[in-house]
Amino acid sequence: MSKKLLLEIVTPDHKVLSQDVDYVGAPGALGEFGVLPSHIPFLSALGIGNLYYKDEGRTHYVFVSGGFAEVTPEKVTILAEAAEKAADIDTERARKAQDRAQQRLARAQEKIDYARAQASLRRSIARMNCRNSGEKAGTC
Amino acid sequence: MASLRDVKTKIGAVKKTKQITKAMNMVASAKLRNAQGRIERFKPYAQKFDEMLGDLAAGADESVHPLLAKREEKKTVGIVIVTSDRGLCGSFNANIIKAALKFATEKKAEGLDVKFYCVGKKGRDAVSKSGFEIVVQYRDIMSRFDFSVASKLGNELINAFLDGTVDEVVLCYGEFISVGRQAPVTQVVLPISGTESAEETSSTGKDYVYEPSVEGLLAELLPRFVKVQVYRGMLDTSASEHAARMTAMDNATRACDDLISSLTLLYNKTRQAAITRDLMDIVGATEALK
Repeated sequence: MSKKLLLEIVTPDHKVLSQDVDYVGAPGALGEFGVLPSHIPFLSALGIGNLYYKDEGRTHYVFVSGGFAEVTPEKVTILAEAAEKAADIDTERARKAQDRAQQRLARAQEKIDYARAQASLRRSIARMNCRNSGEKAGTC
Repeated sequence: MASLRDVKTKIGAVKKTKQITKAMNMVASAKLRNAQGRIERFKPYAQKFDEMLGDLAAGADESVHPLLAKREEKKTVGIVIVTSDRGLCGSFNANIIKAALKFATEKKAEGLDVKFYCVGKKGRDAVSKSGFEIVVQYRDIMSRFDFSVASKLGNELINAFLDGTVDEVVLCYGEFISVGRQAPVTQVVLPISGTESAEETSSTGKDYVYEPSVEGLLAELLPRFVKVQVYRGMLDTSASEHAARMTAMDNATRACDDLISSLTLLYNKTRQAAITRDLMDIVGATEALK
């Protein structure tokens, strides 16, 4: 396994990651997809969820939401509105966000509020999942 | 002539003012560095985003997505004005406000309704004084904002555009050119017109596999493009604000120096005059005693 893939994750606020990896799994809008080096050029919208990459036999998790992935044979670029490495996720905050979102879902009258609360709920759950997976894999 | 003590108090006052302006200058330069850093960090995202959109939009025309569609009959124009929350930054805010209001007045003369979306207190104050309608206002956020603010505002703009409340959206902000130069910019955000970068990067020659589809991706990318633009405007305004304040405070400090030196001169002259007068008195008195 000499060939590697450059994974770059950027958000509006900063560059989260730029690293050579062996494999990338990402939550595409139409379901998860995996990328190995020399993948064909590919452009996809991403859903809310966990992105993971393998490097030297270890699996690392990154939470992403509202993003796009651009895949070329040598490189994967992720543009996300929010992205956090599993180690940087604040589970306490995510849990609070989940509670808030659930309360709002129970009360929400308008459609927009409902959609927003639902998205926020999904994000908080995905964040916690990501942290859990990271802890299980021992990479955070 | 001013009394000696008056001049002394005045010098003291100017010195204190100078201390303040100097401190503000330093604070502004620290904040400017911060703001510039944010622009730098935003750049890779913006660049990549433009590239992706360029690739996608190359083959797309107006009919693909409602956000691209230009309206034949325009009734309402939305103006997003991004200014700072605080003053004391020279003519920076005034310039943006002037540009925005001029634009608004022109549109009004054409018989269009004008709606304002205000980010930053200064712009809001000026717009509400001028009597134009303010739909949304964000205040006291320029000192600490992130993408979510731009995202929220972007959503409001998109919704207003899609349901026909506004037929065009224009963004007014202070473009950050350099530390010494900031310029007010008026830019059409909606409908999205062919991105400039589209022409440059459209021929990257890669045949992408698109998922879900070109249209589906555009539907995701285009709303985000609006937000990216709003965010860029906010970042630029914030950097410009600090740069403008730095220059303004630098000038103020220098003006204080000038004032202090001329006041010191006056002080010395007055003191000398008083001494001369006293001496004359004494000499006069001794002459009289002889």
